[in-house]
Amino acid sequence: MNMLNIKINNKEIKVAKGTSILNAAKEVGINIPNLCYHPDQEVKANCRVCVVEVHGAKTLQASCATEVKEGMVIRTNTQKVRQARKVVIELLLANHDMDCTSCKKNNQCGLQEIAANIGVRESRFENVLEKQEIDTSSPAIERDPNKCIRCGRCIQMCTEVQGLAILDYVGRGGLVDIKPAFGMYLNNTACVACGQCSVVCPVAAITEKEDIEQVWEAINNPNKTVIVQTAPAVRVSLGEEFGMEPGKIVTGKLVASLRALGFDKIFDTDFTADLTIIEEGHELLKRLNEGGTLPMLTSCSPGWINFIEQYYPNLLPHLSSCKSPQQMFGALVKGYYAEKIGKSPEDIFSVSIMPCTAKKFEAKREEMSIDGKNFDVDVVLTTRELAKMLRQAGVDFNMIEEEKYDAPFGLSSGAGVIFGATGGVMEAALRTVYEVVTGKTLENLDFKAVRGLEGIKEAKIDLDGTIVKVAIVHSLSKAKKIMELIKEGKADYSFIEIMCCPGGCIGGGGQPFGGTDELRIKRINAIYEADKELPIRKSHENPAVNKLYKEFLIEPLGEKSHHLLHTKYVDRKK
Amino acid sequence: MSNIEITKNILTARFDAINPDSIDEYISHNGYSALKKSLLKTGEEIINDIKTSNLRGRGGAAFPTGIKMEAVLKAYGSPKYIICNADEGEPGNFKDRYLMEKDPHQIIEGIIICAYATDIKHGYIFIRGEYINAINIMRKALEQARVKGYLGDNILDSGYSFDIEIYTGAGSYVCGEEFALLVTIEGKPGRSTYKPPFPTTSGLYNKPTQINNVETFCNIPHIINMGGEEFSKIGTSSSTGTKLISLSGNIISPGLYEVELGTSIRDIINKLGNGIPNNRKIKMVQIGGASGPIIPENMLDIKLDTKEMKKLDLCFGSGAIIVMDDRIDVLDILKRITEFFHHESCGKCTPCREGLTQMLILLDRFTDGIATTNDLALLEILMETMNQASICGLGQAAPIATQKVLEYFREEFTNKICSTDS
Ligand SMILES: Cc1cc2nc3c(=O)[nH]c(=O)nc-3n(C[C@H](O)[C@H](O)[C@H](O)COP(=O)(O)O)c2cc1C
Ligand code: SF4
Ligand code: SF4
Ligand code: SF4
Ligand code: SF4
Ligand code: FES
Repeated sequence: MNMLNIKINNKEIKVAKGTSILNAAKEVGINIPNLCYHPDQEVKANCRVCVVEVHGAKTLQASCATEVKEGMVIRTNTQKVRQARKVVIELLLANHDMDCTSCKKNNQCGLQEIAANIGVRESRFENVLEKQEIDTSSPAIERDPNKCIRCGRCIQMCTEVQGLAILDYVGRGGLVDIKPAFGMYLNNTACVACGQCSVVCPVAAITEKEDIEQVWEAINNPNKTVIVQTAPAVRVSLGEEFGMEPGKIVTGKLVASLRALGFDKIFDTDFTADLTIIEEGHELLKRLNEGGTLPMLTSCSPGWINFIEQYYPNLLPHLSSCKSPQQMFGALVKGYYAEKIGKSPEDIFSVSIMPCTAKKFEAKREEMSIDGKNFDVDVVLTTRELAKMLRQAGVDFNMIEEEKYDAPFGLSSGAGVIFGATGGVMEAALRTVYEVVTGKTLENLDFKAVRGLEGIKEAKIDLDGTIVKVAIVHSLSKAKKIMELIKEGKADYSFIEIMCCPGGCIGGGGQPFGGTDELRIKRINAIYEADKELPIRKSHENPAVNKLYKEFLIEPLGEKSHHLLHTKYVDRKK
Repeated sequence: MSNIEITKNILTARFDAINPDSIDEYISHNGYSALKKSLLKTGEEIINDIKTSNLRGRGGAAFPTGIKMEAVLKAYGSPKYIICNADEGEPGNFKDRYLMEKDPHQIIEGIIICAYATDIKHGYIFIRGEYINAINIMRKALEQARVKGYLGDNILDSGYSFDIEIYTGAGSYVCGEEFALLVTIEGKPGRSTYKPPFPTTSGLYNKPTQINNVETFCNIPHIINMGGEEFSKIGTSSSTGTKLISLSGNIISPGLYEVELGTSIRDIINKLGNGIPNNRKIKMVQIGGASGPIIPENMLDIKLDTKEMKKLDLCFGSGAIIVMDDRIDVLDILKRITEFFHHESCGKCTPCREGLTQMLILLDRFTDGIATTNDLALLEILMETMNQASICGLGQAAPIATQKVLEYFREEFTNKICSTDS
């Protein structure tokens, strides 16, 4: 590698060619403040908080955008730099609804942190904010333009990763805003509610719709039995909210802390992930045997469902009819468990803890309720909201002793856990399908990248003579590519796993703020670690699932399943 | 430097002497002779000649043109592009419009020679959308040049092929900034974007790109015809050649003038512009357009010379000179200039977008008579941050006029301070 000699604050170091000043400074232990920079995104260089002095340059240079050069002499803390940084932050604050104490991002905000660090307590400039309406039209995402610092991170996420371009720059000059075209309400756009924009927003301008209060009310209502389910991806990310190493598995602490909050029953969505595998696996076999629509597409990612319903409604027959594990769970809770414990569904309050914002949207779909009013899942909380609740209740997550899930829906297999990572549903499904068909155990699946189609991976497995080709994709820009292939009849796959969010659910839009690819990989590794640790690794070997079939569901794709575990989709082309 | 001729008609020599719609008249006035000569030379020879001429860009930044061309020639990547910047959005400037309307082929010939020297096959002329007449004239001229074989496949049987497309900018002032111009041609909104170092290595579609101002290109045929050495004798040692001056404001004879570089501002105002009307006194002069510095009457002897002006932190930019007499309200002018930038800012970066809003508020405090010493200090810190931390030249230059007024006419501000708080 080509190494260059540079000097930062009088420290001489060698760094690789192509390194930005911002990253070079990290190597000598200097964190240059930054707002628009994001390690996984194209350099935008618009906030100008990260400026530094480069010897010989006429003006200050944005360290995120400037690559080091041989012999470069950089100073990151001169009076000139400090003044410019301060003024830039003060300028942002002067066009900002600065009310940190009542802000959703208080203590988790990039702007607030930098202001505090560089010693800006209030702006010397007159506040010029013209208050705009907060967009609360979406059941999942809330957009508060009064907090936006116009860094463009959300635009890049929505456009480059999700391929949707719902958000964009509107207007120019001092009037530039970041919002949907024509200033439309989010709910009137084809936004899929994935929440990826909220993960990268450094301030409180895009966040999830907060539903914490409803849950507190239910917990404190003596007439309600409050049941909570936790998604696979939450156990490998919640720790980050409390300063733990990314990728730390905190399943036991998660359960204990939910109990501490006062939930009556703590169950695991992994249980219905196993159930999904049984149902979806049999659906696939049925389609293969009876000449059904292929490739079959997975249906457990509600952001992805929003996408196909709005952008490719003609391809809806490809979609598996299985509900997502969250909704299977909700249906079982209200349609089976309630009766089992001698309660009416109205007395049950069903909460789910999800890494996802789109699941808030999904839970409010009419078909996901008993009668259009009593929903199978009453409230969806994101990982972030749960962390907030725990902080509100003063639960010391680091201290709390691990506990176990409640029976009967607390038992799950490793197959259920890996649902949380891209490729997990496919692997889990094939573990079961392969064994059902061949009677043998599936060895490691070997996925290979599809040439020329970045981000799409495929594999072949031999089901007793029938070669089945499968593929996996994550993020919607990639999903779009595969949908185009299907449309053109060029996708010779039998089964495709599609996840809306980069990395799968572990990279969901409800996960801790500031997610990066590096972090996602750590979470994925943790998910597979958790899989390995479990004694049962195949869905069809989960005794609790088998018991449920025996006692209640009778058989996969049976009448009860059809009623509780499967759904239908709507053409919502916009 | 003593024998500087105030009026020196090189680029404007054919103005009104030929019909701009007639390529034949251009040819009969020595037109396309430089192209013919160039086609017999190598690219390096041509670039060396331009380097010897010491020609600097006329778009504002005065970057040496030969060095820019050399960078494009050496840059890795193909295809390469050449762009003539005819966006001319700077208020007070109208030289490029005249050059296009009065002698279009001079520009085209200059572009072709540069493209040939740097082995470029595709060219664009980016013309400001409001210049409808100029657009039509340039269109016609390009077509005529194609018919005559100066453009298109196998130019004059040299084996070299090149063509030029016209692109009209519906956008704003900032579209003239080179990165904003590039993204506009690429079909994205005209915002100055961060791109790696310079267009010469990564310009249009991330390919090496030569961008020059209209007037810069117009010099090229003359350099080829007279030789770089001869050309370098015109003007001063640090600023060679002539400069088109768009003279306006409180002046008896406003208009476009071509002067030898090294001419003083006072001579331009008095000898070409015939002084100011109504026997009034000059209060100040803005040089280079809205983004240029403002100087007081007692500095008018300064010469159009990059080096000399740089010593005083001045530059002549694109060559607009706006004269203001003693009736003007200095703060009112500054507010209007600032409003212009506020309107034209693309809004991408914080110092420019938010800074201009705050500059207007602070300036208002002075005109409203409620300013304090703190306001003045804050204004100065703000403007420094805009100079230092904005992405592009618009935000960097927007405060210059105000800063120069503070340097030369500080009392205009201090007189209006109502309290000296701490
Ligand atoms: C805000 C802004 C507007 C500009 N507008 C123009 C313009 O209208 N025409 C122009 O030739 N250069 C303009 N420039 C300068 C160009 O960025 C670029 O430097 C120039 O076209 C290079 O040509 P030259 O080397 O021949 O001067 C502008 C620069 C800025 C910062
Ligand atoms: S977005 Fe950040 S700086 Fe703004 S009010 Fe909220 S916490 Fe404070
Ligand atoms: S939620 Fe997803 S689709 Fe909607 S604006 Fe954000 S990134 Fe785009
Ligand atoms: S909404 Fe957030 S991410 Fe998007 S531009 Fe505004 S501050 Fe940046
Ligand atoms: S300086 Fe102004 S015009 Fe230039 S990029 Fe920044 S906001 Fe846009
Ligand atoms: S982080 Fe470098 S300009 Fe925003």
